[in-house]
Amino acid sequence: MEKNKIDTDISSDAKKEPRRVVFVTKKTSAKVVGDPGAQLMTYPHLLIREAIAFQVLVIAMVLVALLWDAPLEQLANPLLTPNPAKAPWYFLGLQELLHFFPPFVAGILIPTLVVIALVVIPYFNVNIEGEAIWAQRPSRNLRIVLITVIILLAFLAVFHAWTIFAPTALVAALLLFSYTVREGQKGWLNVLAMKSLSWWVMTWFIGVAVCLTVVGTFFRGPGWSWVWPWRTHVG
Amino acid sequence: MATTLHSVLHSLRETKVWKSIFRRGPANTNRTRSLAVFGNLFLHWLPVKVREKSLRVRASYYLGSISFLLFIVLFVTGILLMFYYHPATPHAYRDMKDLQFVVSNGVFLRNLHRLAAHLMVFAVFWHMFHVFYRGGYKPPHEFNWVVGVVLLLVTLFLSYTGYLLPWDQLAFWAVTVGTNIISAMPLVGDKIRFLLLGGNIVGENALLRFYVLHVVILPLVAFLLIGIHFWRVQKDGGLTVKPKDDDGKE
Repeated sequence: MEKNKIDTDISSDAKKEPRRVVFVTKKTSAKVVGDPGAQLMTYPHLLIREAIAFQVLVIAMVLVALLWDAPLEQLANPLLTPNPAKAPWYFLGLQELLHFFPPFVAGILIPTLVVIALVVIPYFNVNIEGEAIWAQRPSRNLRIVLITVIILLAFLAVFHAWTIFAPTALVAALLLFSYTVREGQKGWLNVLAMKSLSWWVMTWFIGVAVCLTVVGTFFRGPGWSWVWPWRTHVG
Repeated sequence: MATTLHSVLHSLRETKVWKSIFRRGPANTNRTRSLAVFGNLFLHWLPVKVREKSLRVRASYYLGSISFLLFIVLFVTGILLMFYYHPATPHAYRDMKDLQFVVSNGVFLRNLHRLAAHLMVFAVFWHMFHVFYRGGYKPPHEFNWVVGVVLLLVTLFLSYTGYLLPWDQLAFWAVTVGTNIISAMPLVGDKIRFLLLGGNIVGENALLRFYVLHVVILPLVAFLLIGIHFWRVQKDGGLTVKPKDDDGKE
């Protein structure tokens, strides 16, 4: 065994690597950043992990593809409109929006604003610093949050957009509850209180997007009316 | 047995032919391991060394890598499907029936392509949200975040253009519903819709245009952007590692 031991076992990973000691920004004094920790060689450490991840995924996909057939309906017929006619699942959130708002708002304005909002995230300091939302001037921030939430919820109620109203109200409630956390308090509310504005906006966006997509996929029937998925075949 | 295999591999790696292909002998020193990465066209955009913390599953759930793998699966199965597909009406639908009843493993091929497509949309979304919550968009990664957002849009367009190709009721009406939204755009809406569909309705021309977008234009754009995206990960200093990752928690 010893005799056949091959060379690959002999050498080790790099012992010396450059280390960042301080990180100086314009506004703050020099501060020590966390030790980035040990480094490993990409070959083999990263590559073997990716290879394993790929193999597991491919095997799982082959199994699913063997068991679950892709749907194929009748030949396309422009004269026979299915009711409801649904887009692919990732656009059903948009289709749900179209149910509440005019096509220009739901189909053009909101998606464009979402894409612009995503693109500009890293170019605003408020998102980079990521300070807890109640850390500075909490009572002023509370007023702004309250006014924004009330206007938003009133607007959604006017349009009867309850599937947007529900997740919005939930996220707003969590945000306002986190304001009541006292210093030194532990638990999940304290974790929420440490979150930044961008965290709350993104969480709200994901909450609304998931809710709209699930509703559009499972809870909408003929004429985009509300149906219960376990009773779709009735009527 | 294992040792025999090892020594066979080892002596293979010492041969002239192996060295001529890989430009190195066995990767048994840090020098040759580095060469294995930057001396290889397909690996050279990776860093030679990575932080141990960025390899942990929780750091990325390998979502970026998984999205890329799904793209490769789609590329391979897509090319195989192209052998059996005519982008014309009603042949397109007949080809789906042929896949089902005539072509060996045709259904499996289509299932795999469709599954990978849905998973890729899902994985790319999840990847973006995960990067956001880890603060991976922060400088110096700003531009790569923007490239990622564009890649998300390309992924959605790829999936959407592919949705029409079976030319069944599901495909036809999903695309009709979607493209009607474009008309809501002020001034240019109808013109853009006409350009995309090659007419005023979803018909033969629309099928051909979606096909060309799906199999040529969008995959080329995706490949280019994925290349930039990977390359920039390395140039911008690797994955974001949080100080709190020490205890394995976020």
